Amino acid sequence: MDVLRRNNVTVTGDPQGPAVVLAHGFGCDQNLWRLTAPALAEAHRVVLFDYVGAGRSDLSAFREERYRDLAGYAQDAVEVCRALDLRDAVFVGHSVSAMIGVLAARQAPEHIGALVMVAPSPRYVDDVGYRGGFSAEDVDELLASLESNYLGWSSAMAPVIMGNPERPELGRELTNSFCATDPDMARVFARTTFLSDSRSDLASVRVPTLVLECAHDAIAPREVGAFVHAAIPGSELVTLDATGHCPQLSAPEATSAAILEFLARRR
Amino acid sequence: MMCGTGHEPEPGGAGGTDAVFAALLEDSAEELYETAPCGYLSTLMDGTIAKVNATLLGWLGLTRDEVVGRMRFADLLTVGGRLYHETHFAPLLRMQGSVGGIALELRTGEGGRLPVLVSSAVKRGGDGEPLLIRTTVFDARDRHAYEQELLRRRQEAEQARRQAETDRGRLQEALAVLQRSLLPAALPTVPGLEAVAHYHTASPDQLGGDFYDLFPLGGGRWAFFLGDVCGKGPKAAAVTSLTRYTLHAAALHDPDPVAVLTTLNTVLLERYSAGDPRFCTAVVGTLEAEPGGDRFTVRLASGGHPPALVLRANGDCDFLPTPGGVLVGVLPDPTFTPAATTLSPGDALLLYTDGLTEARIGPERALYGEEALQEFAAGYAGASPRALVEALTGLLDGFGDGLDDDTALLALGVPAPGAAADGPR
Repeated sequence: MDVLRRNNVTVTGDPQGPAVVLAHGFGCDQNLWRLTAPALAEAHRVVLFDYVGAGRSDLSAFREERYRDLAGYAQDAVEVCRALDLRDAVFVGHSVSAMIGVLAARQAPEHIGALVMVAPSPRYVDDVGYRGGFSAEDVDELLASLESNYLGWSSAMAPVIMGNPERPELGRELTNSFCATDPDMARVFARTTFLSDSRSDLASVRVPTLVLECAHDAIAPREVGAFVHAAIPGSELVTLDATGHCPQLSAPEATSAAILEFLARRR
Repeated sequence: MMCGTGHEPEPGGAGGTDAVFAALLEDSAEELYETAPCGYLSTLMDGTIAKVNATLLGWLGLTRDEVVGRMRFADLLTVGGRLYHETHFAPLLRMQGSVGGIALELRTGEGGRLPVLVSSAVKRGGDGEPLLIRTTVFDARDRHAYEQELLRRRQEAEQARRQAETDRGRLQEALAVLQRSLLPAALPTVPGLEAVAHYHTASPDQLGGDFYDLFPLGGGRWAFFLGDVCGKGPKAAAVTSLTRYTLHAAALHDPDPVAVLTTLNTVLLERYSAGDPRFCTAVVGTLEAEPGGDRFTVRLASGGHPPALVLRANGDCDFLPTPGGVLVGVLPDPTFTPAATTLSPGDALLLYTDGLTEARIGPERALYGEEALQEFAAGYAGASPRALVEALTGLLDGFGDGLDDDTALLALGVPAPGAAADGPR
């Protein structure tokens, strides 16, 4: 199995620099990092990848029994780190990937030395004494939205997306392809993401961790950021003056600056 | 800004059309914006609503003051729609500069929902900096209802397909159980004789009408039969069941093969005389070990059934003729033809149903036929019944679609001296 091909791994930046792995969350693919990665790449070896089932990953490798659990996605992350033989890498995970990073760091301490959790939430659905911001019905509504919006994906087009990453002229025609994925796989990822509860995993984090939250995030509100910060021993919390759930797109300079500061402090 | 067409009609042409176009131009851009048949809104890059048209406010049941500067676009959506907006719509808009035709739902005044199609584009300043987001919102109630209908039909069709598969599986299982009940679970062990049977089921969806059995009569004698009820399906299976138990009981009462067939004929005529005649073909016989020897005397009779084959240890292979035997269950006073032979060590008797001889072979779909069977079986003269039946099973499998009927095989043989009772020589 060629993990680098399977997860559409791209490596940029300074080959001698410290490794930074940028992991996308539910919804789109590694392109979400395109505004943030260049600043990081100046002095770091930047690793980007797509989880199986997203972006230009090998969709034939998708197994529902593996990916209906965050551990399956964490396995992808660990296998990518292992395939590149990364040492002491900083795993930057956006949204659900922040929690995937927690699992991956616990599983592969030899590869992952620090975590940056961008707009994390360990549980999206409200619980007794905990407000994640959503109900189970809201998640069903999201699944209905996925059902109504295949976003440029079609079974006929999948081979084009898959097979021609080196032909950008095709990419231009493929509007919405960053978020295009097989609807069945998107549904599995959506359920895994929004119905998981990783709160008890936070206390197990043993690596330096930066929690990067947005001031106005409709998906991960500030009280969730505070919860994550409080639950991870010794973690740092930085609140970006950004709106929305994707600061790497809406506030790329502030996002990369916060990550670079965290990286500099580790030296 | 126009909804849909994207360009305004050019004034021009001659005469009357000028006046029409002039009237159209009275339609001010402002009025068009406010009362267009679609919703318009402009937001800051963080989603804060800066401008909204009257059409959209009407749909939302909100006033301008409640919306402008106070709400973000995502606030207008259902919560699930907001999740979708944050994870798909907003990132795509940032990366592509525009997103079109996304199905979402607006929350309307009285807690209702309005299905809409949303398109957005980023307006940039002269320096390329993104300034604001322009969004068009189309009422998609009818389209949504239509799509829901399609979706529901698809789900119903999927459900029906799954149900049909389940039902078919259950039916096949029931048929298989019923089919097995028409055949002996295993053949009894007859001292000094090897008996091997095979049943080929042509279709798991249909009960076949072939049958066979071998059972003790006491006093070192055994009875056997093999036959074929005309037709297929549940009605034929009922006849098969009746036939099987009638033959068994009749043979215990009087083992003479002609008497057994005559009894069956009477029973079938009585049972099925009223407008729904049912009949079958069958070979019925007895086996009796000769005193002190290792030979078996075979007595049999046939009612309209293809002749049995006798395979000799010396390599001979001939039909055991039973001419003149008629179908069982047709005539009130039928003739059944008896025949007899002796099986010595290395000899075997082969009974079969016409599924085998009426199989279609080759591109011409020619009948396989009794001659070809005789030739094939001759290659196994002197071999054990098991080797013979295994070879015939391979032959049947090789027929593929050419074999569209059930087929029963029953081979009875006296093992050759020194041969393992169960193995081919």
